[in-house]
Amino acid sequence: MNGDLQLNADGSLRHLLTLDGLPARILTQILDTAESFISVAQREVKKVPLLRGKAIFNLFFEPSTRTRTTFEIAAKRLSADVVNLNIASSAQSKGETLLDTVANLSAMQADMFVVRHAASGAPHLIARHVAPHIHVVNAGDGRCAHPTQGLLDMFTIRQHKGSFHNLRVAVVGDLLHSRVARSQIHALTTLGCPEVRVVAPRTLLPRDVDSLGVHVHYRMETGIKDCDVVIMLRLQNERMQGALLPSPQEYFKYWGLTPDKLRLARPDVIVMHPGPMNRGVEIDSGVADGVHSVILNQVTYGIAVRMAVMSLLAGN
Amino acid sequence: MKILIRSGRVIDPESGLDAVRDIYIAAGRIVAVGTVPADFHPNLEIDAGGLVVCPGLVDLSVRLREPGFEYMATLESEMRAAAAGGVTSLACPPDTDPPLDEPGLVEMLKFRTRNSPGPRVYPVGALTWKLKGERLTEMAELSEAGCVAFSQADAPLIDTRVLLRALEYAVTFDLPVWLRPQDPHLARDGVAHDGVVAARLGLPAIPVPAETVALQTILLLTRETGARVHLARMSSRAGLDMVRRAKHDGLRITCDVAAHHVHLSEMDLVDFDANCHLVPPLRSIRDRDAIRSALREGLVDAVCSDHAPVNDDAKELPFQEAEPGAAGVELLLPLTLKWAREMQVPLLQAIDLVTRRPARILGIQAGILMAGQPADLCIFDPERPWTVSRQTLLSLGKNSPYLGMELQGQVMYTIIDGHVDFKRNH
Repeated sequence: MNGDLQLNADGSLRHLLTLDGLPARILTQILDTAESFISVAQREVKKVPLLRGKAIFNLFFEPSTRTRTTFEIAAKRLSADVVNLNIASSAQSKGETLLDTVANLSAMQADMFVVRHAASGAPHLIARHVAPHIHVVNAGDGRCAHPTQGLLDMFTIRQHKGSFHNLRVAVVGDLLHSRVARSQIHALTTLGCPEVRVVAPRTLLPRDVDSLGVHVHYRMETGIKDCDVVIMLRLQNERMQGALLPSPQEYFKYWGLTPDKLRLARPDVIVMHPGPMNRGVEIDSGVADGVHSVILNQVTYGIAVRMAVMSLLAGN
Repeated sequence: MKILIRSGRVIDPESGLDAVRDIYIAAGRIVAVGTVPADFHPNLEIDAGGLVVCPGLVDLSVRLREPGFEYMATLESEMRAAAAGGVTSLACPPDTDPPLDEPGLVEMLKFRTRNSPGPRVYPVGALTWKLKGERLTEMAELSEAGCVAFSQADAPLIDTRVLLRALEYAVTFDLPVWLRPQDPHLARDGVAHDGVVAARLGLPAIPVPAETVALQTILLLTRETGARVHLARMSSRAGLDMVRRAKHDGLRITCDVAAHHVHLSEMDLVDFDANCHLVPPLRSIRDRDAIRSALREGLVDAVCSDHAPVNDDAKELPFQEAEPGAAGVELLLPLTLKWAREMQVPLLQAIDLVTRRPARILGIQAGILMAGQPADLCIFDPERPWTVSRQTLLSLGKNSPYLGMELQGQVMYTIIDGHVDFKRNH
């Protein structure tokens, strides 16, 4: 899907909008490139000149701290000029349309837009309307995709497990509303992971979620049994009580990841979480801070992966 | 004005005629089909050799966008587009601004459409005041002002008691009620069919039970009240199965589908094409195929365009924020022909679905091509290919899922009330 929109005629990456339909060779290329950027962070001077003179606009139509910051750091390490726009509080509230905002910023000689938007497909819309030299990176759109998060999760798994070919991976939590989960699932299935499970109460699973190539488990006991990787998803506050779930307490009791439940997984299991975490709701502190947790590594790798994506798109 | 239409393949669902005949028109009526009337000297001769001549199309849902949405389209532009689509009679839903809930508004609309060229316009009145689903409208007065039926258009009717009362009140005057079955709670915030594509793209979904749960309520209340109910825009296999059972049980109901739903499915959403953001949502291929066979079977009584012209600004938005609907009045005929070709359905049966049968639902004298009938005709080339584009569409709404695609079958002449209202200049 959207293959034509995100790839150039020669098969190289033009935009990064979704991992859905992106070929394995591109995913691997991004992960390999990210690997080479890990060392940059350990240098005295943490900069490479790959994007010198390029203007990157962070267009955040929805609030975000972590993702925006890591994109900003990644761009600056590539020597790009970065402009952060928190549009939720400016132009759109004055009635300017999304495409008008983009057209105006394009006129300021932008080379890349990093876009976060509450509506699924917003970055696709922008990508269809920008000039040919402008690249669009999706930093999270609605419930659709969060490709750089998905990629950094793949990077994390590869760093710890080597390859994807013998892994059993469980994604646990609010799949229905999660763009992160969708990107993870597409990446895992593309990279050859033989068993991807989703674990959640029926209310938090999209209908036909099995069409994404995953095995559906309602209960943790079967869902994370013998898994090599357990990925926990954030549960938004507004969804903890109501018609989706009765209470955060009940959710934690049945789907929260505790040291006890984790013992069902493989002894060398790694635990991941895209953040920000709700301790005591989806994850127990004993697990979040425990030996199996690679949650902080994910954050570090996130910068290298975003550097890789941006340099592959617009590198000199 | 006397017109002679020579050598066309005349198709009339009422008499079952499908043969080459000459047609003679005088004083707004069809004078004869085949046999030359005495002393007939036409002012105009149309050579319809190689063309099909059929009753003018009757479209059950065309939004003219007036009053209130003139920035999307105008009455003049959409009447012209409808004529170019071979439509000679159309029903317009009440979802204008303000909605058609007062006799004065309806009289004004009737007055304006009567005084401009184009199809005959039959307003559908609002079932409830402001379409809010709370207070009944003055249905009897509205009917006298020209409303042929009453509906909520796409506005929700949350309170089932109001629905029951509305049906009971309509029964009092034997007025038809058109309802699109959709449970407002199950459909809340949804923009796409709850299926594989919504799961993939992360679009807020509308499950099939949104249609079937509401439909069950409507069917029960129809049985209870004896109301004349028409079900608008059926979208699912499960819903059609329920309609089949209800009809089999003798319930007096009719139903229609929109032309886009005969061909498109959720799969057409994969690129977030906002022109495929429709109401009801495009459902699965299974549902789409059920619609196609239900049409062949005769279960579905009519195909309509559900024409909804939308301005570019309201469409060039992320899928879920875009104004729903597609402009389609000019595609009603080619999309119906496409279905007939693909399903190997006789042209006569296909034409019936866009002429005589919707005319019956509307309760108007139209859709019949026989001597003595009003001279409302459509003359089209069934083979002629054309490309749907911003230039070829006359509607001010350029929001079509078919932009850039080629369709077969094009209207060459539209005759309304014995006058050539539209003629294609090749």
